[in-house]
Amino acid sequence: MAQEQIEEYLEAIYDLETRDGSAKTTAIAKCLNVAPASVTEVLRSLSVKGLVAYEPYRGATLTEEGKKIADTIKRKHRLLEVFLTDILKLNRENVHDEACRMEHAISDETEHALCRMMHAPARCPHGSPISPCTLGVGSCAECDALEGAAGIPIPPSVRGRTILPITSLLPKQEGKIAFIRGEHRIVQRLSDLGLTLGTTVSIRRRSPGNGPVEVCVRRTTLAIDHAIAETIFVEPCGTGTA
Amino acid sequence: MSGCGPCKGCSPASASKIKDADYTLALAGNANVGKSVIFNQLTGVDQIIGNWPGKTVERADGVLVHGGKRYRVIDLPGIYSFSTYSMEELVSRDFIALEHPDAVINVVDASALERNLFFTIQLLELAPPLVVAVNQLDLAEKKGITVDTGKLSALLGVPVVPTIGIRGKGIAELTAAVTGRVQDHPVPQVLRFGKEVEERIGLIVAALKNVTSPYPERWTAIKLLERDPAIQQIVSGQNPAAVETAARLAGEIEALHGEAVSVVISAERYQIADRIARDVLTIRAPGEHPEKESLTDQIDRIALHPVFGLVTVCAVIGFLLLWTFTIGAQISALLAGFFSQFEPYEPVISGPLMDILWNGAFSGFVAGVTLVIPYVLPFYILLAVIEDSGYLTRIAVVLDRGMHRMGLHGKAIIPLILGYGCNVPACYSCRIMETPKQKLLAAFLVTLVPCTARTVVILGLVAVFVNIWWALALYVLDILLIIVLGRLAFTVVPGESVGLVMEMPDYHVPSLSVVLKQTWARTRSLVWIVFPAYIIGSAVLQAVYAAGLLSPVNALLLPVTVLWLGLPAVIGITLVFGIVRKELTILTLAVIFGTTNFAAVLSPVQLIVFALVTMLYIPCISVILVLASEFGWKRALAISALEVVLAIAIGGIAFRVLSLGM
Repeated sequence: MAQEQIEEYLEAIYDLETRDGSAKTTAIAKCLNVAPASVTEVLRSLSVKGLVAYEPYRGATLTEEGKKIADTIKRKHRLLEVFLTDILKLNRENVHDEACRMEHAISDETEHALCRMMHAPARCPHGSPISPCTLGVGSCAECDALEGAAGIPIPPSVRGRTILPITSLLPKQEGKIAFIRGEHRIVQRLSDLGLTLGTTVSIRRRSPGNGPVEVCVRRTTLAIDHAIAETIFVEPCGTGTA
Repeated sequence: MSGCGPCKGCSPASASKIKDADYTLALAGNANVGKSVIFNQLTGVDQIIGNWPGKTVERADGVLVHGGKRYRVIDLPGIYSFSTYSMEELVSRDFIALEHPDAVINVVDASALERNLFFTIQLLELAPPLVVAVNQLDLAEKKGITVDTGKLSALLGVPVVPTIGIRGKGIAELTAAVTGRVQDHPVPQVLRFGKEVEERIGLIVAALKNVTSPYPERWTAIKLLERDPAIQQIVSGQNPAAVETAARLAGEIEALHGEAVSVVISAERYQIADRIARDVLTIRAPGEHPEKESLTDQIDRIALHPVFGLVTVCAVIGFLLLWTFTIGAQISALLAGFFSQFEPYEPVISGPLMDILWNGAFSGFVAGVTLVIPYVLPFYILLAVIEDSGYLTRIAVVLDRGMHRMGLHGKAIIPLILGYGCNVPACYSCRIMETPKQKLLAAFLVTLVPCTARTVVILGLVAVFVNIWWALALYVLDILLIIVLGRLAFTVVPGESVGLVMEMPDYHVPSLSVVLKQTWARTRSLVWIVFPAYIIGSAVLQAVYAAGLLSPVNALLLPVTVLWLGLPAVIGITLVFGIVRKELTILTLAVIFGTTNFAAVLSPVQLIVFALVTMLYIPCISVILVLASEFGWKRALAISALEVVLAIAIGGIAFRVLSLGM
């Protein structure tokens, strides 16, 4: 089975799973415009590869591995859409199909270069969120530094922003929460304590050697485990004091 | 795990008084907003209170009498949300939704109104008759924050009463508002979310038409949208299509935001809370000294300093223990002198059975009064001061990284410190940990902490007859063992661990009444759990002793005591007695040898080995009972067996190593 076909299936299952909880064979067939019988066959083979969990008559769900691939494709797709509309100035109505074909062809390297050049856009032109990259870098600035930024001029129309983990904020510098990664239970707990998207936060104190970080939010102070704090990403505002 | 059992400390008498109340009131709110202080003001019952988030691990009951009516008041655990992150959240929401209290008092902190209103909004979704108490207005005032309670009342559609709980201000008004609320059962108004969420809630409500749920309809719809598993289960039995519809709508919201739907709804609630807070708060800009640091910041510069912070923690805990045993020894001597006038507490080994049992029970009681209370009382007083001042949370932060090595985090230091007083309440307090694994690990380590009874043995045997340094060495060895075993248990015990997420309250001067009430509440619950085990256990042991089982037991244990540990054979029976009460080992020893000068009958090596084994070999019977009720008999017995093996192994090694050097 061609890689492109695998990716198309994973993407379709991903969408259906988010919508319905699991992807039924008939729904996938309708979505990809193929016969249900061939969907069943492909699902069996994807299941053998460990990419989906498939039960006949109940539908398919993605495994961790399958979800990872689907996530990357979605990210490439949406980055390409931003590129096509904002840089190449194509009509927003046409970019989806174009991106659909391109997403399977570009390498991870191109994906990261696109992300850097467009300053890590948050959403695609249709408003869907672009997931954070899977590079092992602490922040976008770090990513830029690694690649030397390659001297590409940044068009002013591009919605650019720099995202850092909250642990990289300077003392007294404020930041707005951009996204929180990690296990659902922790993310829920943090949101319940007031760390919701767009909330202004600052760092009160850091403990040495990756000890807990004290975060000020909504006039309260929270002590947060360093590893958890590193999953809270903020968009810094102002410069703060070193 | 009994998250909602009756208050452990309540006597049966007060429980029956509570039952025939005319109305039920519930107190709900965030941790650390002075909720327990208000509970005390309303009821006068001694409920544990302190400057420690998440303290109330069980709900506490009290009675308020007003206008000839009796109101049962229930203090629910301090929580931040109803998202069922913890057992306490589930217990609280089910109490409000299913047991239908006649009114709910929501205590909110005036200085952190947004975060508190976030919870108020969730309470309003459950639609109980609600009264909001805006508390700690004095502290907010100091920070330049004033709250327009009239406007807040209009925006929320419920009565709002300004209070300063610690000084009793506003309590009369609160009582009046709440008792008035009980009569008319008004339904609070609905606070609406943003359009995209609100529309979908509407669709789910429509799909729920033929579903009967004990929860309010709108609330059920919101929880279904949040993919709450407990509610999905209730509804799917009656109308699986509604659950599917909700899941599909939730998927739409998630696709729109790229966040879990429950996180999106939390953000929506915060938007409502922010909007209300903006309308009712007046925040004075910092005045003449805008750069002036608050007192909390100044203290934290030292308390959380990388070096001084650690030094301070060691000094504070060191002083706590030093103070406990200096003061304790004096009170203990005083009380022992008093009781010796009545009855010599030596085991009576002949005479009628009733005499023997009575003697045992009495000696158990005397031992409790003279050996536990004198040490535990000063310990709890100083600990309450540390706790109420807000410093305890700083200890947790400073030691967080160290605790990580044992799969725990900073908060686990609380049970461990409590364990130095008595292991029983310390094991209960392990409920503040988040996951089952962390609860079990913390409780296991607590049972290794030398409580006052064990310290009495170490001091009485080693510090007196060898020297103080060997006694301290045993203490240090114990801490090392806790670290090593914690590390090992972390890798062996299955389950997940989560990191620290904890609120840091501001410091304040501890209030005498809060400290005394808390000390009393802790001591009292200790008396209720520990004394019965002491008294009954001592009587039974006395009977066993009188029945002449002494020699057979000693003979049975001889391979371990004499051959492996190098101790006299009579030690066998003292170790059996020690299961009931650790300090019984020392008392029985004195009776058997007919002297309290242990140096005459045991060598220094034997004294140290005996103290070491007593320190480690098994949690006492009260602790085993608590472990069994919290974690099941299998785990309680596994921990006990492990510690017996450990004590014997280490004791034998110590005997051989020390024999070389001494």
